Formats: sequence, C-alpha cells, structure tokens
Amino acid sequence: MWEQIRSNQIKSMMLVVALGLLLLVLGYMLGWGFADNGIAGLIIALVIWFFMNLFAYFQGGSMVLAISGARKIGPDDHPRLWNVVEEMKIASGLEKMPDVYIIDDPALNAFATGRDPNHAAVAVTSGLLQKMNRDELQGVVAHEMSHIKNRDVLLMTMCSVTLGTIVILAWYGTRVMLFSGGGRGRRGGGGSGAAVIMLVAIVLAILAPILAQLIYYAVSRKREYLADASGALYTRYPEGLASALEKISGSTVQLKSANQAFAPMYTANPFRKEGRAAEDLTSTHPPTSERIRILRSMAGGASLAAYNMAYSQVSKSGKGVVPRSALVSDQPVGVRPASATEPQPEKIERVRETSDLMWKMSNYGLVNCQCGTKIRVPPNFKGQSIRCPHCGTVNSMSSKR
Amino acid sequence: MGAVIIALIVVAVVVVLIVVWLFAIYNGLVRLRNQTKNAWAQIDVQLKRRHDLIPNLVETVKGYAAHERQTLEAVTQARNIAQGAVGKGVGEQAKAEGELSGALSRLLAVVERYPDLKANQNFLALQEELSSTENKISFSRQFYNDSVLKYNNKIQMVPSNIVAGMFGFKTGEFFEVAVPGEREAPKVSFK
Repeated sequence: MWEQIRSNQIKSMMLVVALGLLLLVLGYMLGWGFADNGIAGLIIALVIWFFMNLFAYFQGGSMVLAISGARKIGPDDHPRLWNVVEEMKIASGLEKMPDVYIIDDPALNAFATGRDPNHAAVAVTSGLLQKMNRDELQGVVAHEMSHIKNRDVLLMTMCSVTLGTIVILAWYGTRVMLFSGGGRGRRGGGGSGAAVIMLVAIVLAILAPILAQLIYYAVSRKREYLADASGALYTRYPEGLASALEKISGSTVQLKSANQAFAPMYTANPFRKEGRAAEDLTSTHPPTSERIRILRSMAGGASLAAYNMAYSQVSKSGKGVVPRSALVSDQPVGVRPASATEPQPEKIERVRETSDLMWKMSNYGLVNCQCGTKIRVPPNFKGQSIRCPHCGTVNSMSSKR
Repeated sequence: MGAVIIALIVVAVVVVLIVVWLFAIYNGLVRLRNQTKNAWAQIDVQLKRRHDLIPNLVETVKGYAAHERQTLEAVTQARNIAQGAVGKGVGEQAKAEGELSGALSRLLAVVERYPDLKANQNFLALQEELSSTENKISFSRQFYNDSVLKYNNKIQMVPSNIVAGMFGFKTGEFFEVAVPGEREAPKVSFK
C-alpha cells in the first residue's frame, strides 16, 4: 500500500511539469512581446520562480505556521492531542514525530505542513479540540498525516509557487503592455506578424493564470480524496473522519487567519460559504457532503480498495480515485469498533480543558480561590495579592499556577 | 566481424541489465527487512510503556478499590509474565501480551463501579495514557503485520524468491494477539 506514494510522485511530477511549461511559455511570450527577446523573458521567469521555490522550500512551513498564529505544544500541554498524533504517526509508519501546534480559533480546522516527512508539523484549531471526540480527532489527524506521508505538502507548495509566479508575470506583463502600447509597436517595425505575436502574448497573459489555477485546484481535490482514503486505512475507522467532517460542515465559523494560498492544506476548505454551489472547478476541496457519503458507504472494510469502490459508486463516474499501483498491494482490512470505553471527556470538560490550555499558552496565571472560582491573572499583573470577585477573599499571588 | 561485436555488445548490455535488476531486488528485500525490524522495535517500545504504566495504575486503583484484590493481582501477575516473555520470540510474547490486555480490560470494567476513582485526576491521566498506549500497540502491530506481509510476499513470489533464496532471507512472523474469550483462529503453517 505504500507504493501509492511512488505513483503519486509520477503524476505529481507531470503536473509540476505542466505548470512549469505554462510558466516558460508565458515568460517567453512576454519577453518576446515587449522586449523583443523571448529568451530574456524566459530567464527572468525562471529566476523569479527559482527564488520563490527556494524560499517556500525552506521557509514555507514556518511561514504558514507563523501567519496562522499557531503555537507549538509538548506532550503535557494537551496529552490527548499529542497521543492521537503519535498514534497516527505509528499507524502511518512515519519515522519522526511531527511537531504539534494549536491555533487559538473557534473555527473547526486542521492542517499539515513541512517539506518532507522529517520536517513535518500538524496544526489543529482550539475549536476542533473542543468539538471533536477522540475518534473524530483521530480521523482528522489521520487525514493530515496522510498529506505528510504522501508528500502532498511539498507538491502543493511547489504548485502554488509556480501558480504564484504565473500570476505575477501575467499581472506585470499585461500592465506593461497596456501602458507602453507594447515594445514592438513603439518601434514601428514588425508589421502584421508582430501584431499577431502581441495578441497571443496578451491572450496568454490573461488565460495562463486561469488555466494554472484550474490545474492546481483539480490536483488539490484529488489529493483530498486520497488523504481521506489513507486516513480511513490508518485509523481502520472511516466513521471517525466522516463524523468529524459532518461537524466541520455544520459549523459556520470561518477561520480568521486563513489565507487563500494555503487553502489546500486545510482539512476542509476554510473559505466555504453558505449557499455556494456544491462543487465547481475553482474549489480546493471536494464537497464535504460527498466526502462523508464516500466514507460512510465504504462496505467491507477500511482498505484503499473499499474507498475506491465507494468513491466510484458515490461519484457515479464508475472510475476510482486511488492509483492502480496502490491497489495492487492493497489488503482487505476490517473496521475496528468505536472506542466507547475510552476516556472521552464530555463536551464541557473538553471546552474547559482547551480554554485552560489557551490561557496558559498566553502566559496567564491561574489562582484557585477557596470558593471554587478560577481567577485568570494577566501576565503584566504585578500585585502581591488578588481579590476574588465572587466571595471577596484576598488570595496571595504566591498560590499562582 | 561487425555482427560479432554487435552480438557481444548486446550480450554485455543484457548481463548488465540483469545484474542491475538483481541489485534492485536485493535492495528492496533489505529495505523491507529493515522496515519490519523497525516496526517490531516500535511495538516493543509501546509494550514496555504499558508494563511501566501498570504498577502506577494498580497503586492508584488500590487506594479506592482495595477489595478488588483478585482483579488487581491478576493484572500484576499478567504483567510480570508478559515482562518475562520479552525476547522469547514473537509468538510467545504475543500470547502473554494478549492475556495482559484481557486482565487490564477486566480491571477497567471493575473501575466503572467506583465513581470517586473515576473522578480522580491522576487516574484520568493514567487512563488516557493507558488507552492511548493500547491504541499505539494495535497501530504498531497493524503496521508491523502489513510490513511482514509485504516482506513475506516478496520472499515467496517469483522472481524475488530466487534472490531471497540465494541470500537466505527468512520470512517474518506475524504478531497475532489472541483476544481472550474469542476462539483462536486455526493456525496455518507455510513451511
């Protein structure tokens, strides 16, 4: 089943090459169009692309985490989350434990980042920790772990960088051409042949970003299905992810810090709006309702083949989504029962646990008053004692935790 | 003359290709063998973690439910047997760990009758650790068995079985946990 990665890599490379070719053609045409030098345009495009990729490769992960305001946690900060991530690390056969981050946001979402499985991180929102039970949390984390294991993060980063370069080139290209009237036209030479080339360059500059985005979105959607399939396989429990997705789609809170460019990295599209058409060409994620239906109609186990079968039934396309090479070594696996006997803090307890953690991570102190009130002390509070607002007892700051 | 040289070149190329192909098969076998070894080490880590957690758990439960002595002793005993079985081969270890799992689940069922214990923070933390360790054991077992299956398939299937035979690659043993109360599955031998 691990062969899935290899076949994915071939298809992914084809995509990167297609996007790269689009970039080269655009660079060449723009260069030809207004500097009379196609090669120069091509080289400029390549240089921009190279440096953006270099930056994204080494800094992309930490940049995404910084922008989303994620904070790193240790095993003792939130044992349940840490344990669930470790469980999925083991199930996926990942060699190194990814870093675990929490984003203080009531929206329900999670994402994975990192250029390769040894530099990976998983981030979940505090809203997710509050709303999901253990099985659901496991499903979401398994989905993210699949993104890491299948190296989707690197692929999508490279694609979005190429897409970004195409957009930048096209934007500047069209502006320069419009305002200067075109390099060739100004020099008066060329004739009708030059006019045709100019036209092609302009049309390409307008079409290339749209085309590139469509390729990008198509791939992103496919990766989501594959991550769902591997997630079900790792947990041996498709219902966990299905039920998590149901809760996520029921929530109307939008992620504060989401950025259009990072959308494919999240579990569910962070920009989903009410009333929007279920699926169109410009969404990074497949419709959640369809993902849930596929997971729920997985008959006969949690294997990749079972997911593939369910996908072709639900999508009515008759085609599967899992690469054939992955199915060859696939084994039928059973579904495990729900973990009912596990300690599943009730919802209120989960909310309390998560909010305690978020306060602690913002360096707030905690004074437990004898009347049972928890007093949160801001980090810049300098007093020696604090008065309980409920019972009036003066508590010494030395009991602060 | 020319034809001879061409024939020689063709033969040389074919030989080189075959050698490269054999290398690839050999390396693939080694990679899979290492993967199963790693997966086994991963199970060992989790089993050891469970052995370490149990004395703590038994102490905590004792404080609230002292008269469940029989159940507690059964857990301690099963744990000691399981610890003694470390390094005695996959089959033996799997059997001892299966029994320990059974004793533990009986203890956790008994605990349901003690609400004070269930509200104890220390116990809750222990229970989370323990059930997560159980999960980790079953996930690492899952990964180990998948790896062994793939490794064994490679060893037994044509053409990689030729290379495996030449260099003495041995099939791996599955880690099957017999859950108490469940009928043992019929053993199939592939010797």
